[in-house]
Amino acid sequence: MNKLIKISFLLDGRMFSVETKSDRRLLDILREDAGITGVREGCGEGECGACSIFFNGRLANSCCIPAIAAEGAEIDTIDGFSKTEEYSIISQAFADAGAVQCGFCTPGFIMASAALLRENPRPTDNEIKIGLSGNLCRCTGYTMIIEAVRLASGRMARNV
Amino acid sequence: MHKISRPVNRDDSKNKSSGSAVYISDVIKPGMLAMAVKSADFQHGKINTIKKPELPEGYFYVDGKSFTGMNRASIVAQDWPFFAESEVLYFGQPVCAYTGPRIEVCEKLCIQTKIEYTPLPAVSVIEDAADFFNDYTIIKGNPDKSFKEAAQIFENQYRTGMQEQAYMEPQGMIAEFNEGKLTVYGSMQCPYYIKNSLKNAFNLDDDNVRVIQSITGGAFGGKEDYPSILAGQAAAAAIVSGKPVKIVLDRRNDMSVTPKRHPSLIKIRTAVDSEGNITAMDIDCRIDAGAYESLSGVVLERAIFISTGAYNIADVKVRGRTMKTNHIPSGAFRGFGGPQALFAADMNMYYLARKLNAAPLELKRRYLFQRGDISVTSGIFRDDIKLEEMISRVEEISDYSSKWAEYEKTSQAGDKMKGIGISFAAHGGAFTGNGEQEIIKSLVRLEWEPDKQTSAGGRLRILVSNVEMGQGASITLRKIVAEESGLPLEAIIFTNPDTDIVPDSGPTVASRTIMIVGKLIQDAAAMLKQKIEDDINSPSSVEKSYVHPPEFDWDEETFTGDAYPAYSWAVNVIEVEIDPITFEIKITGSWAVYDVGTPIDIKILEGQMQGGTAQSLGYSSIEKMQMINGKPAQVSFTDYTIPTTLDFPDTECVFIDNPYRYGPFGAKAAGELPNEGPAAAFTAAISQASGRMITEIPVTPEMLEEQLR
Repeated sequence: MNKLIKISFLLDGRMFSVETKSDRRLLDILREDAGITGVREGCGEGECGACSIFFNGRLANSCCIPAIAAEGAEIDTIDGFSKTEEYSIISQAFADAGAVQCGFCTPGFIMASAALLRENPRPTDNEIKIGLSGNLCRCTGYTMIIEAVRLASGRMARNV
Repeated sequence: MHKISRPVNRDDSKNKSSGSAVYISDVIKPGMLAMAVKSADFQHGKINTIKKPELPEGYFYVDGKSFTGMNRASIVAQDWPFFAESEVLYFGQPVCAYTGPRIEVCEKLCIQTKIEYTPLPAVSVIEDAADFFNDYTIIKGNPDKSFKEAAQIFENQYRTGMQEQAYMEPQGMIAEFNEGKLTVYGSMQCPYYIKNSLKNAFNLDDDNVRVIQSITGGAFGGKEDYPSILAGQAAAAAIVSGKPVKIVLDRRNDMSVTPKRHPSLIKIRTAVDSEGNITAMDIDCRIDAGAYESLSGVVLERAIFISTGAYNIADVKVRGRTMKTNHIPSGAFRGFGGPQALFAADMNMYYLARKLNAAPLELKRRYLFQRGDISVTSGIFRDDIKLEEMISRVEEISDYSSKWAEYEKTSQAGDKMKGIGISFAAHGGAFTGNGEQEIIKSLVRLEWEPDKQTSAGGRLRILVSNVEMGQGASITLRKIVAEESGLPLEAIIFTNPDTDIVPDSGPTVASRTIMIVGKLIQDAAAMLKQKIEDDINSPSSVEKSYVHPPEFDWDEETFTGDAYPAYSWAVNVIEVEIDPITFEIKITGSWAVYDVGTPIDIKILEGQMQGGTAQSLGYSSIEKMQMINGKPAQVSFTDYTIPTTLDFPDTECVFIDNPYRYGPFGAKAAGELPNEGPAAAFTAAISQASGRMITEIPVTPEMLEEQLR
């Protein structure tokens, strides 16, 4: 299980290869080998969502994915996502709503918000709460984060 | 409201959103080593032997003997060692550490280190504790006489649990030692506390210790004390190895070793005369300090100084003690003793209302502090207290009284048991007692740097040691200076403090960043504005140091006088439903009205209040942390659940206008306030819904089942 393996995956649109232990966390590969530190470690056991990424298009906690599972996958992180128009709308909504305080959870929340809005562009408040329930924030009490998603949803609808 | 209250978008949301903000865990220095700390797996014992494994090349060992000065952190009391000496006093206490290139190897060396102990008796909870660090008594009026003449005496006790700060960014520090100079970078609230601690730990002079704050991902008090311990450990490793050393705690480690909110056990005896008036209270307040005193004495002061809550009781005796137990030293957490005392005080008023057959709000409002009243420490409430106006506002938004009357009749009927509670909270702004004038003596500096390329003609730099940790210090301090100087906000610069550059304006605690430091920079901005107007093209600067307004008197020996220059106030209403079969609790409404003087930014303040209320409701219900034989039973977010998006409703917040004379544009304390009141409002609501007098938090479905079945 703990042998060195070579894995390759599509990282933010570019091929990325690394030789690593098969059970190493994808989170560590992203932070240490790829240098993408915007993927944060808040708990290391899938509870807080600070390390959220898109794994083959789906929202996932990178701390819970072993290296071996990343072989051949398509992985998008906050680093690549932050260069998109979709990100601009969501991050502006976070800024306008006051949804950012200490900021440690923010990239994860933005990834989760994007995942929600892709699946459901006009979510109700309750759907927003369910969509973001895998991410923890200790600063805001969530009110302004939920408002940010509402704002982003409205602005995206106008943008179409 | 003042125009400064209008919201402005934060300056740090871009970097934080895109992930480009650099926290300490993201920093890599050339040649940097990792570090792992060996924690005691024993509650209380004398260390007989430490068997160390052989060190691989490039790895180093550090322990308490690595400190050339004192192996004690300077956190108010200087008693908490960086590494245990002859004795281990709590489970998880650092004993020694290893530093070297690979963290896995350092961790393995810790596991291979075997420590033998001679067991010593251990105390795990307040009730069993006989020893204490501090024992204070305050008397207001003549409580003995009132108790002697009382028609009835009521007695009850109130208990609050331990609470984890749960900042999202775990603690971390990097230390390096070059040519006799120690530099430390990390996640922190109080750069000069750490600097002072390191000077004492290594006998270094002022010029040879430098502390630089990195972007701090939440703190809530949790990064007031422990960063001094972590910095000392990393510094010892950097000095021994001659290389930069980084220590970042993972979540389990962080929750296993860092301080939490003090559990409390507060007994209140109340004297009532023949007409049903409350005449006196006799309060015994014990807080669980853990194994070292650290800053517990000051937490206790804050608790006992506000021990009757927002209520004016004529005759009061309070005894407070910080009980010594064998677990992690308790530490700072938003509210700092206030939440415990206010929970007991407010629930006691609820209890008295029930005993005296009065509606809780009716009884409570008869005793609310008014301007000119005397505090527990015999200080004077000099400013207008607008609690009556705040009650009107909270009634408008929550419909408290009619819901209360309805649930009083029907709470036990139907599918759900329903209840609603109201609480009142007071929070004294800035350092307790003589802290500001005698201990901190805050100094701030503003600098003007001319630059003809900019539209303002230059930049105005704010140089203070107070940190941005998520609470919005950067944007609010900049707004204060912009407003006073007339310069555009873009021309005002605030950066993370570096003790080689900024003066010591004190720690980032107790709402003093806005109330005290904010006022100093406002005054300095007015002075610098003159200099800039006289000569915009030359660099200039202004320093300003704190002068305590002479009208406030304080005697530190007897704890008599004005413990705080100004109080902030809150009224909270919480509505709940209990499932009669599963005892699951659902909070269905949360409303609050605040008096924080002038909000410097209404959106920042709403963020503080909504976030703080969620923390307080978590404290009241779902956040259960136990020490089982001195060992924390919940050390991850899997076991210790903090609120998610699905747990609580939004808190509707209203701010009333009541500017404070000595605050910047009228601002006073704010950040702690939302952690003070919600617990009692929630517990009153649960008490009404369940028909039981609940006196302990957190209230869990299991606890309700025990009470109701």
